[in-house]
Amino acid sequence: MAVIEGRPRRGALLPWFGALSGTRGGALAIFVGRRILWMIPIVFFVIVITFFLMHQAAGSPWDRTGGRQLSQSVIDNLNAKYGLDKPEWQQFLIYVWDVIHFDFGLSYQYEGKSVTSLLGEGWRYTAVIGGLAFLLIVPVGVGLGVLAALRQNTRVDYATMGFATIAASFPNFVVGVLMVVVLSVTMYKLTGGSFFLPSSDFALDDHLIMPVITLSLLPIAYTARLTRASTLDTIRQDYVRTAWAKGLSERLVVIKHILKNSLIPVVTTLGPTFAFLVTGSVIVETVFNIPGIGRAFVVAVESRDYPMILGTTVLFSVVIAVANLIVDVAYVFIDPRVRLT
Amino acid sequence: MALAQPAVDQPIDWEVAEKQVGLWGDAWQRFRRNRLAVLGGVLVLFLLLVAVLSPLLVHFGLIQDPYHQDVANIEATPGMAGHPLGSDELGRDTLARLMYGSQISLTVGLLVQAIIFPIGLAIGLTAGYAGGRIDNLLMRFTDIWYAFPDLLFVLVVVSVWHPSGSPFFQLLPIFGAIALVNWVGLARLIRGQVLSIKEKEFIEAARSSGSAPIKLVLKHLLPNSLGPIIVTLTFGIPQAIFLEAVLSFLGVGIQPPTPTWGQMVFDGYEAVYANPTSAVFPALAIGCTLLAFSFIGDGLRDALDPRMRR
Amino acid sequence: MAQTLLQIEDLHTQFFTSRGVVHAVDGVNLHIDAGEVLGVVGESGCGKTITALSVLRLVPDPGRIVSGRILFRGIDVTKMGDEEIREFRGNDVAMIFQDPMTSLNPVTRIGPQIEEAMTAHNRFTQQQARTRVIDLLKRVRVPGAESRVNDYPHQFSGGMRQRAMIAMGLANEPALLIADEPTTALDVTVQAQIIQLMKQLNRELGTAMMLITHNMALVASLCTRIVVMYAGRIVEEGPVDQIFKNPQHPYTWSLLRSVPRVDEARKDRLVSIRGLPPDLSNPPPGCKFHPRCPFVIDHCKQEEPPLGEVAANQLARCWVLMRTVSEEAIDHARAASLASSEAAQKLKQTIPDAGR
Repeated sequence: MAVIEGRPRRGALLPWFGALSGTRGGALAIFVGRRILWMIPIVFFVIVITFFLMHQAAGSPWDRTGGRQLSQSVIDNLNAKYGLDKPEWQQFLIYVWDVIHFDFGLSYQYEGKSVTSLLGEGWRYTAVIGGLAFLLIVPVGVGLGVLAALRQNTRVDYATMGFATIAASFPNFVVGVLMVVVLSVTMYKLTGGSFFLPSSDFALDDHLIMPVITLSLLPIAYTARLTRASTLDTIRQDYVRTAWAKGLSERLVVIKHILKNSLIPVVTTLGPTFAFLVTGSVIVETVFNIPGIGRAFVVAVESRDYPMILGTTVLFSVVIAVANLIVDVAYVFIDPRVRLT
Repeated sequence: MALAQPAVDQPIDWEVAEKQVGLWGDAWQRFRRNRLAVLGGVLVLFLLLVAVLSPLLVHFGLIQDPYHQDVANIEATPGMAGHPLGSDELGRDTLARLMYGSQISLTVGLLVQAIIFPIGLAIGLTAGYAGGRIDNLLMRFTDIWYAFPDLLFVLVVVSVWHPSGSPFFQLLPIFGAIALVNWVGLARLIRGQVLSIKEKEFIEAARSSGSAPIKLVLKHLLPNSLGPIIVTLTFGIPQAIFLEAVLSFLGVGIQPPTPTWGQMVFDGYEAVYANPTSAVFPALAIGCTLLAFSFIGDGLRDALDPRMRR
Repeated sequence: MAQTLLQIEDLHTQFFTSRGVVHAVDGVNLHIDAGEVLGVVGESGCGKTITALSVLRLVPDPGRIVSGRILFRGIDVTKMGDEEIREFRGNDVAMIFQDPMTSLNPVTRIGPQIEEAMTAHNRFTQQQARTRVIDLLKRVRVPGAESRVNDYPHQFSGGMRQRAMIAMGLANEPALLIADEPTTALDVTVQAQIIQLMKQLNRELGTAMMLITHNMALVASLCTRIVVMYAGRIVEEGPVDQIFKNPQHPYTWSLLRSVPRVDEARKDRLVSIRGLPPDLSNPPPGCKFHPRCPFVIDHCKQEEPPLGEVAANQLARCWVLMRTVSEEAIDHARAASLASSEAAQKLKQTIPDAGR
């Protein structure tokens, strides 16, 4: 019996690891685990870049334009209070430490309010509108795409794809503005009131239609085009012919053979779609004056509220990374051909 | 895009198989037959003309000076007082501003690609050619970079660097920011091309005798991948124009008085009750320009599709 | 007293493409009796697959059955309504296809794919179908059927996939099984096994089969009768041994020439038929095979020959017929085709990338 002297027993962990990756369930767990770990450098990177950029800005956040400059002692106090008198790398480490504890610091604009609380105020609006948009995109986008594919080269097909092509080229704010112009102004002139007007008080239940449609229009168009292409491709496959040859009903063939395959590539685009909703919220909330995180971000940019900018960027990046992770994991479930190793 | 002689006039060069002599002529034919692509092309050419000629038109009095504030006629509706498309809240002519605005949009759209190209080429080449660890590292890097939401990055950058002065200086950080968020696609494309060439060269190298591999790679890279590169860059143009427009709309792009379409949309939006149509024109201008470039991009992609080569 | 299951009468199936009308099936008459195995032979593009697809009315766009009758047990398939044809497919007549990898749904397990063939026609309940699937897989000799049922197609080997397809085809005990090139996508040893299997199933279940192939060797081992197609028409038909011993149509003769035979001298190397299949949207005048025929005479170029009886139960569509051709002419033809195939070989060597 050989004795292996002096070698560290690293191998103790490995057999277990190997056995785990043998089963699909185990491999899946490892896959998810690795992806979660991978999120850490991503978020870290985002923080580094943004932090670095923030500190390149000329001037300090206490410069007041048009009006009295603050006195130096006040500035020194403020600097001390916000920790700006420390060397940069220290500030960075402190910041990272804080972030891990979900503390994004205090906002520069709003005296004494923490970034976290500001984010907390705004996130409901952003989440509701983004969520509704997402719920709209999937059925409408996929539905239109499938419809166009099943009725290829008919008027239905041309109409939906024509609409999709145009909608895909018009940016969010263009659509939003046009919508407001057309709908609000017409309505205003007709009703003499402020119907659908993006006003400054915005309750969560009012007037969601326009922002949601504006936000979702482009992703719907994109999803529809992709679904159509994928479905057309799938319809030509041999196994669809086999399904017909078995005498299956049209419903069965379309759902279990065509769609089950053609929707797989569409799922992979849900991650980028989600990212698009996040960045789109910035624009849409500005156009429609919705007090969500997106608009807060723009305001922060305009007033150089660096903690707010940093905090929002980090939050958005994390959210997008998580969404991408969910999509990737879902993909593994829906496509049995994917190998996890 | 250089147009080579059609295949009829030149013998096919079997030696360098990659030199597809008939490709460009063929592609041009196919492009021409695509009506949407041609429409897009015409529109873009028209815009280019407008951008270049508008200062001349102002000089000859054919259109109003976009900076001139016709105080007597603010918020004019289209057609009033010599303002074919109306005027804004400072009395500046909308049509003229629209025409001048095209300069900014086109400049951003096109020049950004000029920045993206070397960055993407360098990184893609390095990753593909060096392979191994460096490739891995660079690809990880692009993955991470990809995770940064593009609009947010651009906004952050312009919040940091917002030089005043001539429009050109103001544009620099915008160029940089937009280029930085969009180079990943090109880099990945070039890397893929280099990898597939490397594979072929491996086999060739076994038979022939040593020309330095990097030269071979470069020699075969450009002709083969020029098509997809052009398509990628073409699709990058509307992305860049879009980002610039968003920045202007949010007020953090080029500052007034230089007219940009995004800005005009915002101004028009603010004045939506006084002058409902003033937001529509720049909005349509943006939308149609983006549409035109998309059509061209689609047309180019179909025309240069390697599957259709033979 | 053989009962005729399938009777195809003067079938014309055409494809309406932007380049013109392609006459894929140009007046085909054939019949299959209960329990027999009919071989349908010809090069790619001769219309054999489209004929089969026409029987199930699965001709893809832009193709259509233009005229003719397809009688299954007396009922005209071309006139069936949607619900009727759905019942008909996979039930009375089943079809299996060439490439089992692409012919099976990649994201569904094998078991459910076979089950649904059964439940679609309400002949079995879900439960019954589930047990029957395992039996079927066992019958087609898939090892470990009980657990294999839960596998995905990509987890099967090529041969097993084809067996699974055969199981799927036989699930509802169809009277006729159409097999379109069932072994082409498989390697040679597996081919032999599949053919063996089909022979066995034909014997055990009495299922009639229509075997579509371009491989004469398969036909020899499995079929009782064969039909030779060229350019959308039948050019020869008859019992297998007769045709193999005494092919009357030059095309059939050429096809048989290209099969390596154990009993022939080494000098008869693998030869191919010179020329290319005709453009079906613009076929040559007269006999469609005349441009490639080694024994062509003038009359062939002017008038198309009818299908005539050349021996007991054997029909051929030719003015010349092999039995009228002299030994000299045959030798000459052999030499010529040998030469041309050698030239082709040489050409292949000088263009290393050819075929890549």
